[in-house]
Amino acid sequence: MSTTTDLPRYPFAEPPGQPFGLLSDLDRHRFDGPATKVRLPNGSDAWLITRHADVRAMLRSPAFSADASRPAFPLLRPEPPQRDIDRKGMFIRMDGVDHSRIRRMLTSEFMIKNIRRIEPLIQEAVDNALNDLRDAGPPADLVHHFALPVPSMVICHLLGVPYADHARFQQLSRMLIGLNNPAEEIRTASDELRAYIRSLIDKVRETDPGARGEDLISRLVTERLDTGELDEQEMINIGILLLIAGHETTANMIGLSALLLIQRPEYYAALHENPDLAPGLVEELLRFASIVRSGLPRLAIEDVTIGDVTIRAGEGAIAVLSMANRDAAVFGDGEEFDPYRQAQQHIAFGFGVHQCIGQPLARAELRVALVELARRFPALRLAVAPEELVFRDRAVVFGLTALPVAW
Amino acid sequence: MLSIRVDRDVCVGAGNCVRTLPTVFDQDDEQGLVVLTDPTPPEAQKDLLQEAVDLCPSGAISVE
Ligand code: HEM
Ligand code: SF4
Repeated sequence: MSTTTDLPRYPFAEPPGQPFGLLSDLDRHRFDGPATKVRLPNGSDAWLITRHADVRAMLRSPAFSADASRPAFPLLRPEPPQRDIDRKGMFIRMDGVDHSRIRRMLTSEFMIKNIRRIEPLIQEAVDNALNDLRDAGPPADLVHHFALPVPSMVICHLLGVPYADHARFQQLSRMLIGLNNPAEEIRTASDELRAYIRSLIDKVRETDPGARGEDLISRLVTERLDTGELDEQEMINIGILLLIAGHETTANMIGLSALLLIQRPEYYAALHENPDLAPGLVEELLRFASIVRSGLPRLAIEDVTIGDVTIRAGEGAIAVLSMANRDAAVFGDGEEFDPYRQAQQHIAFGFGVHQCIGQPLARAELRVALVELARRFPALRLAVAPEELVFRDRAVVFGLTALPVAW
Repeated sequence: MLSIRVDRDVCVGAGNCVRTLPTVFDQDDEQGLVVLTDPTPPEAQKDLLQEAVDLCPSGAISVE
């Protein structure tokens, strides 16, 4: 039994040199079962839930709240105290009907059939980015020229955010999701991003309703803001959430997927030969990379039993998606990357009422991006030694800072 | 013949059911919530149906 003073510290440091390894041997050693208590950066304790079945049960249970403004919420990093203007509309951190009220205004936007309609747009973003990559090298940075621009262009187009502003909002959103960023800087960045989205909303409002664009922000202003269903603060935060969630995640997934395929050339060649492999490959990549590495924090609001442990009201728990996605009970040898396995049970998009609203979009972007990459750059290889690759340090979303490639 | 029920009050519109069995499930245009296009699919779809139940993040689908 460990005493409270020497609980393992969480989030764990990424094991050096193993981008797809989840735990260093040291941290693995300190684990004493499927549910372990850990110490968070703010000094509080939380349960780590790591089995697939337990994570699903936890994320589906109404006994847990996602509202990070509650006292004792298990924050993965120190955060500035949440003000009303930070919280309103941020449905990723809401519970019950407050959450579903907003989520339902947006769900149909990202449905499979609507994403199918924008596939030509995704294809165009991919083509342009790959032309840019080709012109920039070899060698060239695949993250800068391809992984980041594709989802950014697509979400900008969907939302009605000028892509020309991408450098600015990307820098701000990095500040918002880094685990090591100081609280004051997080606050400044969020205020700046808020002012930016507000300016976009104001521009729509100044436009005659008949002359407004078809993008989501324009339509939300007309259908929800002008009608009083949403207030301005809610509208701003919805915009921020979609903008950040819509590009950071997919960008990191594209970059890591390219690296993984470079390191497993047999699968890259197979994709080049047969693009129909892409959907299954994408699921396995999502499972294996599990970019929301540190997991999803929740606060128990009533006593609840998850697997072997009873979690008391007021205790924090973290659903570790990445470890659940390697659970041998579901995936057999989960540490093995195998695009031919049935990976669809993975929970890289979470589970329960907050499960990723953008997953059809993310899947489509990944599929088109990887198929085209393999088609046009069949000889893709690293332009640096693997040890020189730089990963994003301890962010909510794991990924590569840069991926220098040649072809 | 199988008999399926969906609970639109519980559904969160994640669309896993539509991806798994597009002949049985759809989402409406307004709220993106589940609708059944075939409430009594053939036995042959039993496994896929079970998969749709398993993958549904909100527990909105049940099979009788
Ligand atoms: C590979 C790419 C992606 C991954 C791995 C991913 C992962 C996730 C995860 C794990 C959650 C659950 C968070 C929680 O329960 O606390 C989530 C929620 C969310 N995601 Fe994604 N996501 C991706 C792409 C996208 C895209 C492209 C969008 C575009 C709009 C998006 C928008 C959202 C939103 C708005 C939520 C909050 C949903 C809610 O609280 O109801 N995501 N995502
Ligand atoms: S999988 Fe479940 S939550 Fe998602 S659309 Fe289908 S019924 Fe609704």
